[in-house]
Amino acid sequence: MSEQLNVPTMEELMAQGKQPDILFWVGSAGSYDDRAKKITRAFVKILNKANVNFAVLGTEETCTGDVAKRAGNEFLFQMQAMMNIEVLNAYEVKRIVTCDPHSFNCLKNEYPSLGGNYDVLHHTQFIKELIESKKLEIKDGVFNGKRITFHDPCYLGRANSEYDAPRDVLATLNANLLEMKRSKSTALCCGAGGAQMFKDAEKGDKEINELRTEDALKTNPEIIATACPYCMTMMSDGVKVKEKESEITVLDIAELIAQSQGL
Amino acid sequence: MTYLPNIVFAIILFCGIGYFAKNVKKLFRNINLGQDVDVSDNKPERWKNMARIALGQSKMVRRPVSGFLHVVVYVGFVIINIEVLEIIIDGLFGTHRIGLSVLPTSVYGFLIGTFEVLACLVFVSVIVFWIRRNVIKIQRFWKSEMTSWPKSDGNIILYFEMVLMSLFLIMNATDLHFQGLNSGNVISQYIAPMFSGLPETTLHFIERSAWWIHIVGILIFLNYLYFSKHLHILLAFPNTFYGKLTPKGQFNNLESVTNEVKLMMDPNADPFAAPAEGDVDEVPAKFGASDVQDLSWVSLLNAYTCTECGRCTSECPANLTGKKLSPRKIMMDTRDRLEEVGKNIDANNGEFKDDGKQLLGDYITNEEIWACTSCNACVEACPVSIDPLSIIIEMRRYLVMEQSAAPTELNNMMTNIENNGAPWPYNQMDRLNWKDEK
Ligand code: SF4
Ligand code: SF4
Repeated sequence: MSEQLNVPTMEELMAQGKQPDILFWVGSAGSYDDRAKKITRAFVKILNKANVNFAVLGTEETCTGDVAKRAGNEFLFQMQAMMNIEVLNAYEVKRIVTCDPHSFNCLKNEYPSLGGNYDVLHHTQFIKELIESKKLEIKDGVFNGKRITFHDPCYLGRANSEYDAPRDVLATLNANLLEMKRSKSTALCCGAGGAQMFKDAEKGDKEINELRTEDALKTNPEIIATACPYCMTMMSDGVKVKEKESEITVLDIAELIAQSQGL
Repeated sequence: MTYLPNIVFAIILFCGIGYFAKNVKKLFRNINLGQDVDVSDNKPERWKNMARIALGQSKMVRRPVSGFLHVVVYVGFVIINIEVLEIIIDGLFGTHRIGLSVLPTSVYGFLIGTFEVLACLVFVSVIVFWIRRNVIKIQRFWKSEMTSWPKSDGNIILYFEMVLMSLFLIMNATDLHFQGLNSGNVISQYIAPMFSGLPETTLHFIERSAWWIHIVGILIFLNYLYFSKHLHILLAFPNTFYGKLTPKGQFNNLESVTNEVKLMMDPNADPFAAPAEGDVDEVPAKFGASDVQDLSWVSLLNAYTCTECGRCTSECPANLTGKKLSPRKIMMDTRDRLEEVGKNIDANNGEFKDDGKQLLGDYITNEEIWACTSCNACVEACPVSIDPLSIIIEMRRYLVMEQSAAPTELNNMMTNIENNGAPWPYNQMDRLNWKDEK
């Protein structure tokens, strides 16, 4: 299934004198991480299917600087931010969608005071919009009655109080949605945030992703749904450690929706 | 001679309130050691938060049992304190139950009756609190930072309240005149029989003693606040008012950094140019925080407000998996260090003399700082809008930008971003490769 994706870049569109309705911010994980790239592709399939007039920055995109900021390197963050803002403003970008809650938070909340003002959406919010405006028709079937539990990414949930969009999108699948005991505002972190993704954990008696996977396992799910490339890594690893890969799959909401569409 | 009690009362009252005022002044001074931040925005929303979170206890009740008990104690405490007004007037003017001479007996009885019922409820709640702490040993009260003083502090407050509530009820129970009215003695009428048979003078003596110990106890309690986590009963109000209004995920952008970055990115900027006018007296800013004075004053107010309940720590993913980090400890350390700095200033005629110590290193270790996932669970859990995460981030900033002391893996990650615009060592030109992969 390696059908060609339609992924215009801003540069190409500009050359044709066109302006997309929305910029898809792919993010570093979505561009380079093998597992996250699948999420990126799934989301693009949705965009293509819904005929969304979008574009990516492609090789002109660079790290938001988010992770540098969480690590305490304000210099590096602001350098990255200003470079990105220059590019985004030059293309007169108004709306941005991204599959990464960390980029979402950073672009939405931390870029404005540096001169980058955009309407920023997380992909679950955008998918919800597509469904509500009937640009995307949800056919139920594939996930009918499946036991799905959703893990709230900290930077979508607590950080930006968005608990509903991912759940509303999941609700269209006609699946059996299960809430973990710790969910929404009390959801437990997967362990990747705050630059932890890039280092070993401090000494302790357990890995955070294992603890979170245990939370998920308690709901006895067939699918653990995520909405963040880093949560994806953490939860997949957790399921592996618990030796449950044969029974449980970890999927991003974009992948679930794409699959439900037969994409 | 007949005025002796009034004079003694006035002196005790004066000393009690005076000493408290002195400590409040110190409190203000210490909080003001922090960096200035502009929190003058969004007044209506701030008032709303204060009303909802501090007055309305909205976050407390997220844990129903402790939340409910806390509301009982809080409401009881606030309402019963109306009685203190009467006590003060009686004490100063030598009257007895002045309320009776200004209010109809039924109204007075209704008020005191309400106080009695509340006193009884508070007493019971406090006992349950004590049991939760000491018998059931609820985990969050037994973490490593909750030894010695913090542990005793929690219990002392409970004893205080038990004693004060008992004294109030005993005072009413042994007041023959009040019992004779048989209005408002809802609870104390059942305590009175315990004293029956005692001569009237003894009863009077007990009543007077209870009255005196009660008011002196209240003044001692008032002065105890400054030294205790119980300061939250006052500071919860300003603290929720000044709490963060922006989305929890939004970290502030350091302006000092913005200026430098702009200069670096501006191809026309002359790096050797003299600083623009107005910048002349700008001290080179210190990036991040290594000691309390580097933190914002709101963070310092946070530290004094912390009630050491541990709700933050009990939801912290790092702490739950056995890491050293505990957001409660971050707040307690900040307060302890701030107190130490304050004492230093007092001892050195108002000037801080370098004591070779700082918050980072002597109180909080790097290990704790690096264990944080910035998940905001602590911020969300705190019933009084405290933000431990902002202190952690300020310290990371100091470690990275002033000391270049990030863990190696993070340094590698940052080098990657600098070199190829991604936290991994991939080529910038490969950014779009996913498009054509399977
Ligand atoms: S933000 Fe940091 S300190 Fe607070 S709960 Fe999360 S990991 Fe713990
Ligand atoms: S920071 Fe808040 S939640 Fe944590 S111990 Fe203090 S008062 Fe409790």
